[in-house]
Amino acid sequence: MATIDQPLPAKAATMREEFSWSESLYNWVATVDHKRLGLMYVVSALVFLVIAGIMASIIRLQLAFPNNHVIGPDTYNRLFTMHGTTMVFFVGMPMVAGFANYLVPLMIGARDMAFPRLNAFGFWIFLFGGVLLYFSYIGGGGLSGAGSAPDVGWFAYAPLTERAFSRGASTDYWILGIFTAGIGSIASAINVIATAISMRCPGMTLARMPMFVWVMVIDSWLILIAIPPLTAAQIMLAYDRFLGANFFNTQAGGSAVLWQHFFWIFGHPEVYILIFPAFAILSEVIPVFSRKPLFGRPAMVAAVIAIGFISLGVWAHHMFAVGMTAWSNTFFAASSMLVGIPTGIKIFNWTATMFGGKLRMDTPMLYCCGFLFQFLVAGLTGIMLAVSPFDWQLHDSYFNVAHFHFTLIGGLVFGLLVGMYYWYPKVSGRMYNERLGKLSFWLFVIGFNTTFIPQHFLGFLGMPRRIYTYPAARGWETFNLISSIGVIFQIAAVGLFAWNVVYSAIKGKQAGDDPWDAWTLEWASTSPPPEYNFEKLPVVRSSRPLWDLKHPQDPDWKFGQ
Amino acid sequence: MTDLGLLAFFQVQVPGIPEHRVTDIFKPLASPAAAERDIAWFTIAVTTLIFIVVGGIIVYTIMRFRRRPGDDLRQEPPQVYGSNQIELAWTVIPILIAFVLIGVTARVVWSVENASPPPSALHVKVIGHQWWWEVVYPDYRITTANEIHVPYSPDGKEATYLELSSVDVVHSFWVPQLSGKVDLIPNRLNYMWIDPKQAGVYVGNCAEYCGTQHANMLLRVVAEDRSTFRAWAQGQQKAVEPSVVSTGRTTFESLSCVNCHVIQGTKAIGKFGPDLSHLGSRSTLGAGMMTNTREHLKAWINDPQEIKPGCLMPSMKLTSTELDGVASYLESLK
Repeated sequence: MATIDQPLPAKAATMREEFSWSESLYNWVATVDHKRLGLMYVVSALVFLVIAGIMASIIRLQLAFPNNHVIGPDTYNRLFTMHGTTMVFFVGMPMVAGFANYLVPLMIGARDMAFPRLNAFGFWIFLFGGVLLYFSYIGGGGLSGAGSAPDVGWFAYAPLTERAFSRGASTDYWILGIFTAGIGSIASAINVIATAISMRCPGMTLARMPMFVWVMVIDSWLILIAIPPLTAAQIMLAYDRFLGANFFNTQAGGSAVLWQHFFWIFGHPEVYILIFPAFAILSEVIPVFSRKPLFGRPAMVAAVIAIGFISLGVWAHHMFAVGMTAWSNTFFAASSMLVGIPTGIKIFNWTATMFGGKLRMDTPMLYCCGFLFQFLVAGLTGIMLAVSPFDWQLHDSYFNVAHFHFTLIGGLVFGLLVGMYYWYPKVSGRMYNERLGKLSFWLFVIGFNTTFIPQHFLGFLGMPRRIYTYPAARGWETFNLISSIGVIFQIAAVGLFAWNVVYSAIKGKQAGDDPWDAWTLEWASTSPPPEYNFEKLPVVRSSRPLWDLKHPQDPDWKFGQ
Repeated sequence: MTDLGLLAFFQVQVPGIPEHRVTDIFKPLASPAAAERDIAWFTIAVTTLIFIVVGGIIVYTIMRFRRRPGDDLRQEPPQVYGSNQIELAWTVIPILIAFVLIGVTARVVWSVENASPPPSALHVKVIGHQWWWEVVYPDYRITTANEIHVPYSPDGKEATYLELSSVDVVHSFWVPQLSGKVDLIPNRLNYMWIDPKQAGVYVGNCAEYCGTQHANMLLRVVAEDRSTFRAWAQGQQKAVEPSVVSTGRTTFESLSCVNCHVIQGTKAIGKFGPDLSHLGSRSTLGAGMMTNTREHLKAWINDPQEIKPGCLMPSMKLTSTELDGVASYLESLK
């Protein structure tokens, strides 16, 4: 068996035809190409990210000073509900699907996903869900003045969502928007699993499958397990609201705690669903930028599987304050601490990969370093929250807000930025501007930490979450003001990133097929890859096929890797 | 405007006892919060140590192994694939740390959650409403709102047991310096206990999002010595004398006020809003939003929606003479 057959696929550019704009629009809308769908997922996620970011900025503006009245309570409650819902379901989830779609077939040497049309269906149903949710600003009783977007929180605790407390249609938009987008997530998860199981190129055993693909497969399993409880609960809630069922209607004997169990048995695996793509991206980028293979690859796979399993048994750590028995409180504290162990293993292995390497400190690697520190902080504050008596104080305080923004911005968004910079030359064929990239990295690090570090202390000082304003003289003014100032830097960072992406796509230097001297199969295709990805399906003998190709004297398969 | 109330919030003083406005969880003044503080410091110490060690290694790795100008770009470093011994070490050590934390956690959980009340303990029912707290003392047959009077316990022998429930949505009882939070959930009874060590007014908030005015669902625990508490309780047991006649009372009883509020001894028997039998003796209005002064009281009655938008009390559209009368009547209910 040979390594990849030479020569690498020829440039496909000559085969491109020129299309009129209406034809190319049609081509995008009707496409079943995994790369175009992946791009559309990522771009729509970025659009939702900007919307959710604007919402967050208004929230921080409101909280910058005590007794502030930039917006009233109803507007504020809708903003934090829509911000959370958007970030989780319409930024995080499509990013998972987008990265998996674009990269999984390329990395396993396939020509497309296993089910291309299901793939297109998944994207469009997701987008429809997002549009449906945002239509609530007009349709949820909005404009006419009787109500508007959902204001029940992204967690939508019963019985606040029941007819008695949530009139109008806004909660129904929340149910249907997420329900619909969930169908897309399930479709995409099935597709990723089927693709990775059945479409790998010759020689690519599971043991040689790139780490990115491994993590995405496990992530997809987690999606398949976690989304249905939420969907079931949402249907039950819709029954409550439309058909007079009383699952969560406490006025008629329903249970408020039942909803919380349903929600968090989805909700906790969900946060791992969201962070896994960052793990997947880092596991590809850190080795390439350290010039070393991923340290302890089998342990890294095992750690992700362990996180997946344990994450299914930690949900009630969101419920330490609902009055569970001492046994339950201890059990869920224990399981939550145990999930930290495989997570720690991942951080240790990434560091060990860097140790002894030759670190290339380009923008993607800078973001990796930012991720490592911020995710370490997030993990450690997570341990504090897992200590249930400590959590009785911290739960639903600003400490909690700080903790999960460290995981989801400091972790997930930083991880996604690693991925976007790293694969930008592959996707666009051009190199991003390194100076702008670094500048925006530093602005983002400064802004992010300025915003979220002070919120830990606000939690210690007893500031609860989800309050639209707060009185003076409770010791909260300074930290809130600092926190809001950080937003300015974050806006600048995101603006520079957007400019970099757009400008470099037009004016950037030609990147070539393999600008990072990387090792996985996507770099063996052209930049951007042709519709069929590879002219000839590659054959691989190790987890780093391009390393083997570039180092015929010293290939990985000689060492049994 | 709303500022009227909010700015005034912290001018509240119950004569003679300090008010704890800065609710730092590391300055506990009751046993449950103290137990939580201790385990908090322990956890912070452990995690800080981990942060220093792991963060230090990451910093060292970045500084030591970053590529420098002049490095040969074609020369790859030694390819190291992993080490089972190292993997084992950094699996086992965190497991040991986790078990220590789990053990300590279990101990504190049991000590706080399963403590049995002393026989002399005061029992109080706290019932959550959108957006205020109903407070019932079954032993004294008193109902009040938003301000929970309890005896303080310098020697640890007194304690107050709270039975928590809700009539509408989920709320959460959080007075950081006394105890961590416990939710108030409809169709469910939860319990917690507090034993303030010093006389004082302890400020807290509703900590579970409960709708429009979640932010202004403030909570105050007033801890006094036993005799002051008893005197307060006896005062609260008194009903309005039927003989007391005022224009304010007449206005109050001729309007729908009586459908939502109770004033003991009168025909005001509505249970939807806070009990007003002794409104004049409370220090705040609007669930802790503002001091109980005549000016604030009039502003509130005139239009609660101006002060607490979304709250469930409508403006009663009173003339200024009626407003004066009702305010005088309510102020007189000490």
